[in-house]
Amino acid sequence: MGLKTKALTKSLWVFHLCAGGSCNNCDIEILDLLTPRFDVERFGIVLVGSARHADVLLVTGSLTRKAAPRARRVYEQMPKPGLVVACGACALGRGIFNEGYNTPCRLDELMPVDVYIPGCPPKPEAMIAGIAKLINKVKGQK
Amino acid sequence: MKLLFNYIIFPGFLFSAVIGLISGWVDRKVTARVQWRVGPPWYQNFIDIIKLLGKEIIVPQGSKITFLLSPLFGLLSAVLVATILGNAFISPLEGFIGDIIVVLYLLVIPAISIIIGAFSSRNCLASVGASREMKLILAYELPFILAIIVVLIKSAGALQIGSIINYQINFGSHLSSPSGALAFIVAMLCIQAKLDFVPFDMSEAEQEIMGGTLIEYSGLPLAIFKLTKAILLYTLPLLLISLFWANEIGVWALIGKYILLLVIIVLVKNTNPRMRIDQTIKFFWGPVTVVVTIALILALFGL
Repeated sequence: MGLKTKALTKSLWVFHLCAGGSCNNCDIEILDLLTPRFDVERFGIVLVGSARHADVLLVTGSLTRKAAPRARRVYEQMPKPGLVVACGACALGRGIFNEGYNTPCRLDELMPVDVYIPGCPPKPEAMIAGIAKLINKVKGQK
Repeated sequence: MKLLFNYIIFPGFLFSAVIGLISGWVDRKVTARVQWRVGPPWYQNFIDIIKLLGKEIIVPQGSKITFLLSPLFGLLSAVLVATILGNAFISPLEGFIGDIIVVLYLLVIPAISIIIGAFSSRNCLASVGASREMKLILAYELPFILAIIVVLIKSAGALQIGSIINYQINFGSHLSSPSGALAFIVAMLCIQAKLDFVPFDMSEAEQEIMGGTLIEYSGLPLAIFKLTKAILLYTLPLLLISLFWANEIGVWALIGKYILLLVIIVLVKNTNPRMRIDQTIKFFWGPVTVVVTIALILALFGL
C-alpha cells in the first residue's frame, strides 16, 4: 500500500450532495456524525464546501429528473481518486419514490458507487461502519 | 550557500512549514475542544498535504498559467517573510535596514496571489470571494500599518526588525506601555483578518460561497495554498512577538508566547460569528483606526 493511498484513507474530505427528492433526514443524521458524540474529525473526515476539494461524494436523496444530470456533473468535477458513498434508502434504490414518475434512476445507474449505507435514515453508527468498509475497500484496491 | 540553506531549510521553508502545520493542528484541536469534541491527531495536517499531492489537478478554462503560478508566488513570499523573521530572531544585528517595510509588502502578496488565482479560475463564486478579499485587504492594511508605525516611533525610529528586538531587550517590551498595548490589540485584529479567520473569513465562507476563492483549486495548487496559510499562521504571530513583545527571546519564552497568541487567535475565531464585508470595512476604518490613532498620538507624547 503506497503512501498516497494511506494518506487518502486517513484524510477523507467529504462533499455532501443532497440530490433532490428526500426528506433531509439523512442530512440531519450526517450532521450528527460531526457533532461531539461521534466526532469523525478524529479520523480526519471533514466536510468541505467545494467538490474540487473532495475525496468522497456523499449522496443522499433519490435523484429527481432535474437533479440527476447535475449530480453526474458534480461527480465529474471531483478530482480522482474520488469515491462515492450512497447514503439512505432513497439514494440506494429510490426508496419510497420507487414508483415516482419524476425519479428516473437509481444512483448506481448514474455513477460508480463504492459503498452503500442502507437505512431510512441510517444511524450514525451505521455510517461509521460504512466509512470503515470504504477505507478497507480503498486499502484492498492497491 | 548560507542564504539558500536559510531560505529552504532552517528558518525558511521546511522549518516554517512544519511549525505551521503543527500550529494548524493546534487550531483544529482547540476548536474541537471548544466544541466539546476530541479533534484530529497531531499529524493530521501533514496527511492532508500528502493526500492533496496525490490528487488529480483540475485546471478550469481561463488563463491556465496564471491559475497555476499564483499559488507559487504566494508560497515564495510567505517563505521569504519567515526567513527574514527567523534570521532577525537568530542574529538581530545581521538584518538590513528597512526589512520591516519589505516584510509589510511581502505579507500582502499571499492575499494578492489568492485574488489573482480566484479571478483566473473564471468561477462566479470565486469572483465574489476575490472581491471580498480585495476589500478586506483595503480594510485591514491601514490600521495594520499605523500599528507598525506606533512601534517604529516607540523604538526610536528603527527600521529594522533586529534593532526593534534589541531596543525591546534593552528597554522593555512595547506591550507594557499604553500606546503599545493599544497598537497590539489592533494588530491582533488585523492578523485575524490576514489569516482569513472568523470573524473576517467572508472571502472563504464555506456556507455562502462554497470555499470562495479556493473553490476551483484541487490537488497540488490547493496543497500549496494550504501550506501558504500554514506558514502565515506561523509567521504572523511571530511578527507580532518581534514587534511588541520581544523583551525575552529565549527559545522556550518564544514558544510560550507563540502558543499563547495562537490560542488567543483560535479562541477569537471560535467565539465569533462571521461578519459581512461592509461591517468589516466599517469596523476597521471606524473604531479600529480611531484606537490606533489614539495609540499613535500617545506614542508621539512618549507614553
